[in-house]
Amino acid sequence: MRLAESFYGQTSTRQKSGARGLCVYTFLLYSNPADFADMTPEDWVAQKEVYGAYIGALQQAGVFVDTDWLQGVETATTLSAASGSVKVQDGPFAETKETLGGFFVIDVPDLDAAIEWAGKCPAAQFGKVEIRASAMDSV
Amino acid sequence: MNNAVRAAENVARASYGRLLAILASRSSDIASAEDALSEAFSKALTLWPRDGVPDNPDAWLVRVARNRLIDGQRRNAKLAPEDDMPELIAEPETIVPDKRLHLMLVCAHPAIDPKMHTPLMLQCVMGLDAEQIGQAFLVPKATMAQRLVRAKTKIKANAVPFAIPANDKLSPRLEAVMEAIYGAYSVDWLETGDDLGKEALFLGDVLSAQLPNNAEALGLAALLGFAAARRDARIVDGEFVPLDAQNPALWNEPLIRGAQAMLRRASALGQIGRFQLEAAIQAIHARRIDNELMDWRGATQLYAGLCQLYPTLGAQIGYAVALSHLHGPDAGIAVLDALPKTQVAGLQSYHATRAHFLAEQGKLDDAAKSYETALALTFQPALRVFLQEKQSAIVAQL
Repeated sequence: MRLAESFYGQTSTRQKSGARGLCVYTFLLYSNPADFADMTPEDWVAQKEVYGAYIGALQQAGVFVDTDWLQGVETATTLSAASGSVKVQDGPFAETKETLGGFFVIDVPDLDAAIEWAGKCPAAQFGKVEIRASAMDSV
Repeated sequence: MNNAVRAAENVARASYGRLLAILASRSSDIASAEDALSEAFSKALTLWPRDGVPDNPDAWLVRVARNRLIDGQRRNAKLAPEDDMPELIAEPETIVPDKRLHLMLVCAHPAIDPKMHTPLMLQCVMGLDAEQIGQAFLVPKATMAQRLVRAKTKIKANAVPFAIPANDKLSPRLEAVMEAIYGAYSVDWLETGDDLGKEALFLGDVLSAQLPNNAEALGLAALLGFAAARRDARIVDGEFVPLDAQNPALWNEPLIRGAQAMLRRASALGQIGRFQLEAAIQAIHARRIDNELMDWRGATQLYAGLCQLYPTLGAQIGYAVALSHLHGPDAGIAVLDALPKTQVAGLQSYHATRAHFLAEQGKLDDAAKSYETALALTFQPALRVFLQEKQSAIVAQL
């Protein structure tokens, strides 16, 4: 398990070991902003604590890599250079009821471990958590 | 055929899933393991006739295939041949451990589309090709091949582990495995004409051998044994024969005795479940092999239990039939009438059963109409012959 061991040494780097060692998974957190319309400032403080506890648990387990939560989709700007010139547009790339609100990046041995952590993610309680494995170094 | 060639082919048939499970378990890369294994088999076909069959053919094949895999991984990792990859060096193994349960758990993983659980298992554990699987599921070969590739890519990309989950997580995962095996059995042979009964029985035997103390795994294996035993009795002279009209002399007695023993072992564990109930119903029918009369009371009770525990349409139609043998066609019709109309509208067995009850009630016009509907939903030739004969007998009385 030499590869895996050397990888454990360098925490918080986003890469994937060649053979089966560690895998990096990103949780994309989707929810419907309408579900939060009625939340009071106290509710938000409570939410923040819940997420803080989750981050703490990830860190304690040594699997935490990164997280962020995002401003509302109504503030999004979308850019593409696919047509040859850079085009900047107001709004998200797709209008959907459930929008990307944040993400977590963790590194764990396999999908079962990722599913286990995703199940504990507070976002799973009211929205959806999409699990995507890292493709870095896999091609 | 040369003995060595036959040895290679026998190993291929008997050990395919076992070898693939071992080869794929480290990397979750099923496709590469399949390629490596097929190269090892073709090497065996060349070398064994010349050098003789090795003492342990399985271990030989694993070693050769694993060396292939290591070469491939070295290339992918862009390592020079002299670089050390200690965790990948193939240990000489004398006993190839059986990791087929791990493989089955991967095939029926919750992250994989449930529709693909059975096809994946048929390919990975049994070595069936996309064409054979496509035929059974009425899907073109190319489409089935593409779906299988996609599922294997997902397993690899996500590092779906070849592992047995801890106790509290294991039981839903095993349910999915059993459901997938049952899926192979229930691929409707009446519609496709290409049943997978033998394959399902094989998978059930593998599972029950790995889980000798799991009552439902034993129950499932028993159920599949009873069903496979009747293979030669269900179509006679091109006509479908319903279970209670089958000639027990055409049943495969060793398979029935094996299934009876399996069900006894399951019952002794004292955990009732859906598959054991289904197997117990089959066991009642199977008693006719010992010249016993059909016990419809026992069958009715078991069907009632099954309908409570696991109320599928099939179970409820079975209950209606059993009940009608005790209390007449009115009781049977009443059970059918309670089923959700939209769900039974396209169900051949519902209309055929209903037609049978109506004929018994003397409502010949309605019976003829119901047979008509059943026929319109039936494509399997032997079953069409059966239904047509029933229908003409009624039309003749009108």
